[in-house]
Amino acid sequence: MTNRTFTALAAALVVASCWIPVAQAQDSLYIPSLTYRTGPFSGGGTPFADGYADYLNMLNERDGGINGVKIIVEECETAYNSQKGVECYEATKDKGALAYSPLSTGITLALVPKAPIDKIPVFSMGYGLSAAAAGEKFPWTFVYPASYWSQMSSILKYIDANDGIRGKKIGFIYLDAAYGLEPIPLLDQLSESMGFTVAKFPVGVKEMQNQSSQWLNVRKESPDWMIMWGWGAMNPTAIREAAKIRFPLDRFIGNWWAGSHNDLKGVGEAGKGYLAANFSGLGQEYPALQDVLAHVVDKGLSKVSAREDVGNVLYNRGLFNAVVLAEAVRIAQDRTGKKVISGADMREGLENIDLSEERLSELGLPGFTGELKGSCADHEGGGSIFIQQWNGSDWEKVTDLIAPMSDIVRPMLEEAAEAYVSDKPDWQSQTCS
Amino acid sequence: MDILHSIFVAPFIDMGAYPDFLLQVIWEGFVAGVLYSLIALGFVLIYKASGVFNFAQGIMVVFAALVLVSLHEMGMPAWVAVLVSVVVMGLLAIGVERFVLRKLVNQHDAILLMATIGLTLVLKGSGQLIFGGEPKPMITRELGLPTGASDWEVFGGVVIFQHIDIAATVVALLMVLALAVFFSKTRIGRALRAVADDHQAALSVGISLHQIWAIVWFAAGIVALVTGIMWGARSEVSFALEIIALKALAVLILGGFTSIPGAIVGGLVIGIGEKLFEVYWGALFGSGVEAWFAYVLALIFLLFRPQGLFGERIIERV
Amino acid sequence: MLYREAGQFKTSYAADQALLPILQDRIGLSLILLVAFVGIPLLATDFFIGSVMIPFLVFSLAAIGLNILTGYAGQLSLGTGAFMGVGAYACYKLTTYFPDINIILLILFSGVFSAAAGVLFGLPSLRIKGLYLAITTLAAQFFLEWCFIRIAWLYNYNDSGAIEVPTRKLLDIAITGASATPVVRYLVIISVVTLMALVAANVLRGRIGRSWMMIRDMDIAAELMGIRPLRAKLSAFAFSSYYCGVAGALMVFMWIGSAEVESFDINHSFLVLFMVIIGGMGSLLGCFLGAAFIWVLPIIIRAVPQLIGLDLLAATTEHLTNIIIGVLIIFFLIVEPHGLARLWQLGKEKLRTWPFPYASN
Repeated sequence: MTNRTFTALAAALVVASCWIPVAQAQDSLYIPSLTYRTGPFSGGGTPFADGYADYLNMLNERDGGINGVKIIVEECETAYNSQKGVECYEATKDKGALAYSPLSTGITLALVPKAPIDKIPVFSMGYGLSAAAAGEKFPWTFVYPASYWSQMSSILKYIDANDGIRGKKIGFIYLDAAYGLEPIPLLDQLSESMGFTVAKFPVGVKEMQNQSSQWLNVRKESPDWMIMWGWGAMNPTAIREAAKIRFPLDRFIGNWWAGSHNDLKGVGEAGKGYLAANFSGLGQEYPALQDVLAHVVDKGLSKVSAREDVGNVLYNRGLFNAVVLAEAVRIAQDRTGKKVISGADMREGLENIDLSEERLSELGLPGFTGELKGSCADHEGGGSIFIQQWNGSDWEKVTDLIAPMSDIVRPMLEEAAEAYVSDKPDWQSQTCS
Repeated sequence: MDILHSIFVAPFIDMGAYPDFLLQVIWEGFVAGVLYSLIALGFVLIYKASGVFNFAQGIMVVFAALVLVSLHEMGMPAWVAVLVSVVVMGLLAIGVERFVLRKLVNQHDAILLMATIGLTLVLKGSGQLIFGGEPKPMITRELGLPTGASDWEVFGGVVIFQHIDIAATVVALLMVLALAVFFSKTRIGRALRAVADDHQAALSVGISLHQIWAIVWFAAGIVALVTGIMWGARSEVSFALEIIALKALAVLILGGFTSIPGAIVGGLVIGIGEKLFEVYWGALFGSGVEAWFAYVLALIFLLFRPQGLFGERIIERV
Repeated sequence: MLYREAGQFKTSYAADQALLPILQDRIGLSLILLVAFVGIPLLATDFFIGSVMIPFLVFSLAAIGLNILTGYAGQLSLGTGAFMGVGAYACYKLTTYFPDINIILLILFSGVFSAAAGVLFGLPSLRIKGLYLAITTLAAQFFLEWCFIRIAWLYNYNDSGAIEVPTRKLLDIAITGASATPVVRYLVIISVVTLMALVAANVLRGRIGRSWMMIRDMDIAAELMGIRPLRAKLSAFAFSSYYCGVAGALMVFMWIGSAEVESFDINHSFLVLFMVIIGGMGSLLGCFLGAAFIWVLPIIIRAVPQLIGLDLLAATTEHLTNIIIGVLIIFFLIVEPHGLARLWQLGKEKLRTWPFPYASN
């Protein structure tokens, strides 16, 4: 009965593995990385995870960690699946995790209510719950450098600056899931105040690579501009379909998750002119990235598949996520005077983040992104984005930073935060004076 | 009244007002239908010969295309890569027959179905392990497939035909013809049909079941490779394609599990039907109806004709 | 020797019809329940309770639901995920409308909605059988998924299209929401699952359960013997979906804490189906064994390289998990199509004759 022996062995193993006390890392900074290098969205998850891990490893290699304390990066595979994400969270939180960046709206939504209980901040950089930008209501969640709503308002501003938006028809094609639905309230609100009409084209997660009917509808509606909230295989398919119906690609704008090298690599020349929002610098010509190349990639410590991939949009995005975390650790260390910090200290670090132009230069990232300054009330920080354009083989930055319409977005964010908290009587808020 | 109007009148007025657009919708549906048919064809081949409902056909499409693209990435010329991919699919077929099917002879339908679900997991895991999980662009140009488009000006408008779509249709047609000739003219083809009719009778006249099974899986593998190339050229080669392949199941219901013409007609009905429905009626339901239209159509159809369009009549005895 | 029922006489009809007629079974089950209700809450770590036991129990319940339909009534279904979703969304709506009613009652009641959905989508089973039916259940899966995202009322017009579990209390202890401790949630779940498994065990050996099995084994013969297929099949769909619905509500309210449509996608249907196959079709014990196997195995595969100091990529282990589970499914189908439950039965036979396997009894 080999089967039975096997079963017994398996049972013994699980019992053993579950009762082994979790090794507490006392003299290091433990930063878990919830990644997805598998599944339908792995095309986006992989470069992001590479950039994230490489920067932290570079700090270890170059500086021996942060202020002399080693960083431990542990990856846990979620496959973009909420259940696995929660499991990864539970498996890593007791090891002294400092912050979580799950790169998935679904997992973020599950972690947001857990953060105040476990005292570990959630840093959903440019995704997740837009309302979390309101720091009073969400002390433990951060959406630096901009929420989806701010981003959408910046994109609309860009359209407005390019021959006006009033009276135009804007098409919005989005992934039919939590992620794609997120900016719709703002779009609806602004369509009234800015005087444009909206046509919506949802793309089911299962239909990502089968979008011809959505684009037939686009052709029928013939909007003046298209905005896309896409991810994974949806992006290249959409750009191809847009080119097929001869939609002018320089009037087709993707959000910052719909404008990476991976999305356009296969489309190539056919995608020329396509626009996308972004907030992290392009290319590897920054001193910090050169350090990553020298200390990590060239030593074979990176998982990145090719040296050229360093500096890609999503690689740099993941790297920037790590930069903010590392900076928050430094600030937390300064403020508390401790070398080894806790999740609660980390929260304080994140809240007091201050990446000025000067500081970015010190970090070896001059002009990499807009200034980012958090506060108790403002968990969004900067909010500015720029627009980049695909030239057939690479991305080019075509605008300066575009600030969001904070006067409109901010009250809506606060209202949404209020609504989120309203049915949770014992929700933990903070007061900012 | 308004609702009735928007269901029964408005869409048709729309169609009449812009006939060029209607033609475009039908063409897009037709192309999608051809691709559904190709996936369904793979199912039918295997089901006919071995009674196995091969759930892994969808992942075989992804796997085959992935092998091809990755081999080319490693520096193989495109046509050599195609040949090697064909060999890989052949090895897969032999492996499946040797290690799975042979051991499950005479088992219940559901058990065989589940074995292929297990196979799906294996292919998914090993495909990603070996070639990486990120989407890859199809090597359209290297394979000599046409890109670009032609316009056809008609009814005061324009219908755009992508050359790759035309190529997909032609290739699918050739494939079906080749299979038809293979089935009716060759020795192996006749043996295949004998096996499909009656396993025991076929065995008794000296036909090797093992050999036949390996051959049909190989044929299904080649169909998968062609489907993968065509679909990959329209978007990308990624594991997300696998779920689209589930639509072929609805096609099968419409066409019947054992009928090759059924798979083709079923595919076209579903392809064209879902595009028309999504474009002209989708907005009434809030869009995205494509996700379930095929299955619900198949379900309704089944209630009236459980054996499919061309399926053999089901007779039950106690 | 160890497992002999010799000497255990049944002296009344009640004893003859007992759920567990053999003393050893009664002792064994009591021990298991003792460990489950007392041992684990006292001794286990939060991770073990929160990420191993709770999901295991939720999936066991869903597997019981699917096994009733597939294993006992012979109707293959690929729509389990969607029926779980119906339960979860129903429970969410109920608790927003009636925040003062005890959440456990609402969870149990939410299954009724998913039972209704099950009956509706079970109607085709009266005309369609086997693989054809399996494909039509895909219609239920995809149509319901679409409803979960398109009908904004279901998630209270939440901006993200997601449902977030509010905190609900019982006797001033939080049992749902983020502030509920794993132990409390675990105790609620294990009580619900124990109760429902007990009900299932009794229903399955009763008149209804036997009518399901007759339909499964040969529906025309069953019909000739006076079983009404309409009633038998639809009641199987209703029962099964009820269990799945409760499992879905438990999954969202007691385990994950929030859900969006992707939490109920087709992969969940497959996951539960794997549990039923590996555990054993037509066996309640198999549901638990299968759920344990499919849920716990990946956790072990993930933990093993770390334990032995091997540095594998997280993604690599994920792929390996896929391959191993796939191979195991095929392996089980070849070696033991009746699953883990059958192995246990064989083991019992061995224990009965041990240490004299050749002695006749």
